[in-house]
Amino acid sequence: MIEPILRARGLRAFYGAAEALHGLDFQVDEGGVTALLGANGAGKTTTLRAISAVIRTEGELTFRGHPLTRRSTEDVARLGVAHVPDGRGTFTDLTVEENLRLGAYTRRDRVEARRDFERVFGYFPRLQERLFQQAGTLSGGEQQMLAISRALLMRPSLLLLDEPSFGLAPLIVAEIFRILRDINRNERVSMLIVEQNANLALDLADRAYLIETGQLVIGGRAEDMRRDDSVRRAYLGY
Amino acid sequence: MDARWNFFARLGWVVALFLSIAAPFVLGSYHLYQLTQVLIYAIALIGLNLLTGYNGQISLGHGAFFAIGGYGVAILTTKFGVPYWAAIPAAGAICFGAGFLFGFPALKFGGLYLALATFALAVAAPQMLSYKGFDAWTGGAQGLQLGKLRAPPWAHVSADTWTYLVALIAALALFGFALNLVGGRIGRALIAIRDHAIAAETMGIDAPLYKTTAFGISALYAGVAGGLSALAVGFVSPESFTLPLSLSFLVGIVVGGLASVGGAIFGAFFIEYVPNYADMLSVQFGESAKALPGAIYGLLLIAMMAAAPSGVIGLIRKIVARLFGAERA
Amino acid sequence: MALFLHQLASGLALGGIYAIMALALVMIYQATQLVNFAQGEMAMFSTYLAWKMIDSGWPYWFAFVATLAISFVGAVALERAVVRPFAKAPILASIIVFIGLAFIFNACAGWLFGYSVQSLDSPFPGRPLFGVGYISAHELGSIFVSFVVLALVYVFFRFTPLGLAMRAAAQNPASARLVGIRVGWMLSIGWGLAAAIGAVAGMMAAPIVYLDPNMMGGVLLYAFAGAVLGGVDNPWGAAFGGFLVGGLENLMGAYVVGEEVKLSVALAIIVGVLVVKPSGLFGRRIVARV
Repeated sequence: MIEPILRARGLRAFYGAAEALHGLDFQVDEGGVTALLGANGAGKTTTLRAISAVIRTEGELTFRGHPLTRRSTEDVARLGVAHVPDGRGTFTDLTVEENLRLGAYTRRDRVEARRDFERVFGYFPRLQERLFQQAGTLSGGEQQMLAISRALLMRPSLLLLDEPSFGLAPLIVAEIFRILRDINRNERVSMLIVEQNANLALDLADRAYLIETGQLVIGGRAEDMRRDDSVRRAYLGY
Repeated sequence: MDARWNFFARLGWVVALFLSIAAPFVLGSYHLYQLTQVLIYAIALIGLNLLTGYNGQISLGHGAFFAIGGYGVAILTTKFGVPYWAAIPAAGAICFGAGFLFGFPALKFGGLYLALATFALAVAAPQMLSYKGFDAWTGGAQGLQLGKLRAPPWAHVSADTWTYLVALIAALALFGFALNLVGGRIGRALIAIRDHAIAAETMGIDAPLYKTTAFGISALYAGVAGGLSALAVGFVSPESFTLPLSLSFLVGIVVGGLASVGGAIFGAFFIEYVPNYADMLSVQFGESAKALPGAIYGLLLIAMMAAAPSGVIGLIRKIVARLFGAERA
Repeated sequence: MALFLHQLASGLALGGIYAIMALALVMIYQATQLVNFAQGEMAMFSTYLAWKMIDSGWPYWFAFVATLAISFVGAVALERAVVRPFAKAPILASIIVFIGLAFIFNACAGWLFGYSVQSLDSPFPGRPLFGVGYISAHELGSIFVSFVVLALVYVFFRFTPLGLAMRAAAQNPASARLVGIRVGWMLSIGWGLAAAIGAVAGMMAAPIVYLDPNMMGGVLLYAFAGAVLGGVDNPWGAAFGGFLVGGLENLMGAYVVGEEVKLSVALAIIVGVLVVKPSGLFGRRIVARV
């Protein structure tokens, strides 16, 4: 058994004094894709925030063996965890090019970074067309592409995505998920995807978990989750 | 705990009242003069505290209203022959108007911009007061001499004592009014506006009216204080009303305790005696001791924000709670 | 006409000083939503340091650079030690802390260097150019230095990675952290830069307003006016505002209100702009109101 790239055991997370996650156990396999499913307010975004150390955490949370619970957000990012937050988190007043450059800010390898720019344009040619436009003027789908590209430019080992399909037209969403699959396969980037669109997520993922009010309800291989009756009825709608 | 604290607060007021009435019989004229200054500053500090402590509107320029009060009394008594006991309330009313008017544009500024604007007011005030064009009224850079307040012959007390008593009466009246204000509905409204402005509005509190009125009242207090000061000192000049004065008011309310009426007394003692003390030291240590009040003010401002944001009053509360074993401090 | 040009020229020289002070103020404002009321006193203190060095025999430009370096490092330390702890407190607390710092710097300057007025010679000596009466060598040099500072800062923020990171940290600290930017250090560096810029302003101002612990009070006020006029969330607007205020102040002082009440021009500008168009000439955000 290969060590998972990210493992959580008894993970608790707090907004101030209020406990929002009550002891979660989950993992992301090396090179794999894990989906985090659940209704609105279930705690999915909170989980990603916990991993990125945006909120206070307790319990076991390790990334490639490094504990994440007492670090700062910047340190977690520099370890190789790229977080595409809900709402994209683009620097709306900066240009597309500046947003991308920020992704590569912490990198020391200039030449490789330049090549990564090319690679990113390969996945999202539209960004190259809008390179010097102000990021805030991009459409929702383009901003999502920009956010993912910025994350990729960090050369992460783990990509956290918070509702990549949110507010986007189905065609764009399909395109983005197709590209995510390519990224996972070609770049060997592990992913943890939070999604309300369970179908899409389970298609992409090899492992999935269901969260409800800060607790894990069920988890396992994605195909098994798909076939599970209760999961299907309650969360997939058929 | 609140009942205990109220008891102590009331006890404190009684003691203060007793001491202040006994003072003229006990103190020599110089010390009495200083105590008069303390009363005057205390009045100004309550005014500022109503605006900044209770209502959250930051003013770095209350020295300007102090100046308007001082010059108002000086002009009314010297140019119009108004007796002092009428000039003081008149100056207060003028300042209320000025403050109320200033409160209107202040509504548009956020807290920070109001601080900026009032800072500008404080810096510009001395120049405006010494403006040659107003010379006939203000006496220009020389200022106005109105002569110290004299006791009426039937009172058989010294001028210093009389001045002190006038200041005391004014202070009692204004303190009483302020205590009444903050303890009641209006006080709660002011605090609500400070802490949750939007919520307060939705509850039907007319925030703009309260805020401009708060400005007016705080200016009135500063104006009355300024008027009393002019009578106590005997003259007004632009140099008496510079930026450091406004800033020392801020120091006073921070040290005494934001959002506290009683704290004003502590703050007033502080800003009256610290510069005096430093002056005494400078006689011994030379000119560099001039730096002492500023250094003390600065260090205290930062230290109090870090360790005792509720000022001396807050510390006293904590001590009382500790000594008398309250569950809720 | 000659008088007008002379007033204009000295107005621009002062304006350049206000412009870079305004830039420093806005830099901090953009990152923290706070105005550093102590910026003037910090600049004054830096100027005294430079004066001390020059008095001890150091060559001017050597002292200049050393002062910038010391101001930078000092401000970084100050931000981490004194300002940062109040980052989550209400604004009144931070304003009080800044005023406290202003008191302390003022007192230290008086204590260490005395209260008598000193003179700091201009590094641009020599006869005035273009004949007597138009513009002095120092005024010209000061304008030049102001433009150099503005240009350097522009290049820094626009083209260097650190400048980009600082802009990102100011605009969106949460996202900046997610890409690994140490937002806390960006704040500290911002303070350092602002202090260094302030030091330049002080050193350019000293030959004009003379060196004493209260020299920067008026300058700070005009810088505030410039920042508000230009737009407090737009650094280049604020710089432009500074030049404008400098020109206005001098011309109003010479032709309209008289020399003694020039400061009230600044007051009028601040109140006027905040009432009529709070975002200033070039700013974007509207001041919140309730």
